[in-house]
Amino acid sequence: MRFSFSAEQDEFRTSLRRALEARSPTKEVRRLMATENGFDREGWQKLNQEMGLTAVHIPEAYGGSGFGFGELGIVLEEMGRNLLCAPYFSTAVLATTAILNASTEEQKKALLPGIASGEVTATLAFSEDSGLNDAASVAMTATPSGGTYKLDGIKSFVLDGHTADLIVVLARKPGSTGEDGLSFFTVDGKAAGLERRPLKTMDETRKLARLTFKGVAARLLGAEGQAAPAFARTMQQIVICLANEMVGGAERLREDALAYVKMRMQFGRSIASFQTTKNKAADMLVDVEMAKSAAYYAAAALDEGDDDLAAIASLAKATAAEAYLQTAIHAVQMHGGIGFTWDNDTHLWFKRAKSSEILFGDANYHRELMMRAWAA
Amino acid sequence: MSEPTEDSVRAEVRAWLEANWKPDYGLVEWRLKLCESGWGAPHWPKQWYGRGLPVKFNSVVDEEFARVGAVGVAKAGIRTLAAATILEHGTDLHKEKFLKRILTGEDTWCQLFSEPGSGSDMAGAVTRADKQGNKWVINGQKVWTTSAHKAHWGLLLARANWDVPKHKGLAYFILDMKQPGVQVHPLKQMNNHASFNQVFFTDAIVEPEFLVSDVGDGWTVATTTLMHERRGADGLRTWAQATGRKGRIYDEERAEIATTMEPYKWYPQRAGRVDLVLPRARETGKIDDPVIRQEIARLLCLSKAAEWTARRARAAQDQGKPQGPEGSLGKLVSSHVARQAARVHTYITGSDALLSGADSPMAGVIAEILISVPATSIAGGTDEIQRNIISERVLKMPKEPSVDTTKPFKDVPRNITAS
Repeated sequence: MRFSFSAEQDEFRTSLRRALEARSPTKEVRRLMATENGFDREGWQKLNQEMGLTAVHIPEAYGGSGFGFGELGIVLEEMGRNLLCAPYFSTAVLATTAILNASTEEQKKALLPGIASGEVTATLAFSEDSGLNDAASVAMTATPSGGTYKLDGIKSFVLDGHTADLIVVLARKPGSTGEDGLSFFTVDGKAAGLERRPLKTMDETRKLARLTFKGVAARLLGAEGQAAPAFARTMQQIVICLANEMVGGAERLREDALAYVKMRMQFGRSIASFQTTKNKAADMLVDVEMAKSAAYYAAAALDEGDDDLAAIASLAKATAAEAYLQTAIHAVQMHGGIGFTWDNDTHLWFKRAKSSEILFGDANYHRELMMRAWAA
Repeated sequence: MSEPTEDSVRAEVRAWLEANWKPDYGLVEWRLKLCESGWGAPHWPKQWYGRGLPVKFNSVVDEEFARVGAVGVAKAGIRTLAAATILEHGTDLHKEKFLKRILTGEDTWCQLFSEPGSGSDMAGAVTRADKQGNKWVINGQKVWTTSAHKAHWGLLLARANWDVPKHKGLAYFILDMKQPGVQVHPLKQMNNHASFNQVFFTDAIVEPEFLVSDVGDGWTVATTTLMHERRGADGLRTWAQATGRKGRIYDEERAEIATTMEPYKWYPQRAGRVDLVLPRARETGKIDDPVIRQEIARLLCLSKAAEWTARRARAAQDQGKPQGPEGSLGKLVSSHVARQAARVHTYITGSDALLSGADSPMAGVIAEILISVPATSIAGGTDEIQRNIISERVLKMPKEPSVDTTKPFKDVPRNITAS
């Protein structure tokens, strides 16, 4: 298993970090998070094309750069660190992994080059009003209709669902239950019968939408009724990617809180000289480094095809969830009163920590999945 | 000569073993050949029983020894820390007298640092070293001394000057343990074992040539020993495990390991025995309890992340990158793992965790875990000290204002201890 980054990977990280710091200071994050779309299409396309970000892990045969989850993890970690407001997770992770896992060769050739070049934004819609993340909870139906399909039902908590050009949808054959009868479909974001309502989110940097489908025309991806294994694999990849994004945010919070306590004077000395502050800072480092180890290991396990992926993915997500939120709680505390103000940036990451904790299953959910994989 | 590579080292040691290794040697006889050839401690200088190879090749040499079942030099116990310290700070006389007998296993050693009045604050030692004539006379008490009752020699930190600040008044000695002024008593622990000793000095004598540091530099030398303790004397120090092989040399090695490792037999329990958790949960049916499942999963998250963090640190080191923060966390993390493991073992075991010994599960192993884990967060630097080290050295946070480092040590308030 790979346990460290190569010199090329380190260099890629450095240049990406520099680009994101220049393009996405918190002032820009605050401007974009206040908009309904949550991103600036032109600015994002420019950054994406310069750095080749949505192309990173798409195979060269489909217009991508052909790197692995290790490199994708670096991009996500840096974006999590920077809170970049862009439809990257929805497009490059959610939609792209679903398409790669479920589609025919022809469909990949048709769908992926537009994503790789950055022209097309996309997302994956699987959760419904229950907010659950498992295949069995899918109720949306797909009815055959003259060579294509009609989708009926509700999808909710859809990341960038109100702005995506292309929506990959998980739906089932009418009358089927559980993991049977599930298929992936693609739907045009502007399709007739599709109503998209942006949801008001606690973490304003993460835009979610509720989508109502009434007889919406959809195209089947891959084989009909066979989507369960591809969905399971997609979920593993998604949570590993999210874990990598999360550790980037956690590290940023930790660093900012540390810088603050070193600067802050009370009782005639730096508050960083009090052992109670130092102990907290040391514990934060442990939490973040442990979560990084799990996230990096999981990304490497994806690239190297580890047999234990189900358990490792959930372990990485559960560990990142606890570490990120705990770091955020400590970071607010270490800032004291100013840490609870709107003008201080800490709350931006606190809210991202909270939304990431819940998104695609919380720590309790993933610990149980881990136990099913390792202990039955 | 060209730079050694993994392949060249492997070929060389393999050829040497083919020509020399025979299992019918006596243990010391064979180890003398290892000293002569340098293959026993390949990263040591050529002049002193090594081959001057980079430390990264030790694992290659170990693999080749293991492949043919060849016995290595004595690697367990405090002796390797003594060797590392002597190599760095000792005189030629020390190297001449001690290094070879360390490698052959003829001498065993102990570390006389901690005292009843100075645990975390090791530089606050009050064991006295007074010069009388040309000899040093030692009076005082040490504690937590592993294997002191067997040791021939001790690494001693003692105070030789009381009129200077605490770090400046210490001297570092090699002390002959087999003399009338040294008394060793076992120290019984809360888990019933007595793996450590208390050592009392009453006018014990150190010959002048066995002063390792100058007076005042004792702390620097002690830091070297402690650093080697933390990094396992570059792999020379191992948790020795006997093989099941038959033959005289293996019997001798087994006896040596049994003696050296005796104090450490409860250490696996101290670390929490994560390996027993899933089998015990299945065996007791607790694997189906959703609350216990969550606690087990928390433990596995911790122990796996700890393992992968250690692997990250090693990989970065192998690549020659500067040490990142991930390399300083292992000690503190091992406390978290051990505590969570003890919690989980308790949940799994239920009322049976009230019992110990023959009446309890696994003939007392589970009970021993529960009453041994508290040592993990104390031994070798408490969690509190680890957090200070992490925050000051890794995170570069300022020290607490100090009240004892600038005035003469004799004026520093300290514990009242029996003398």
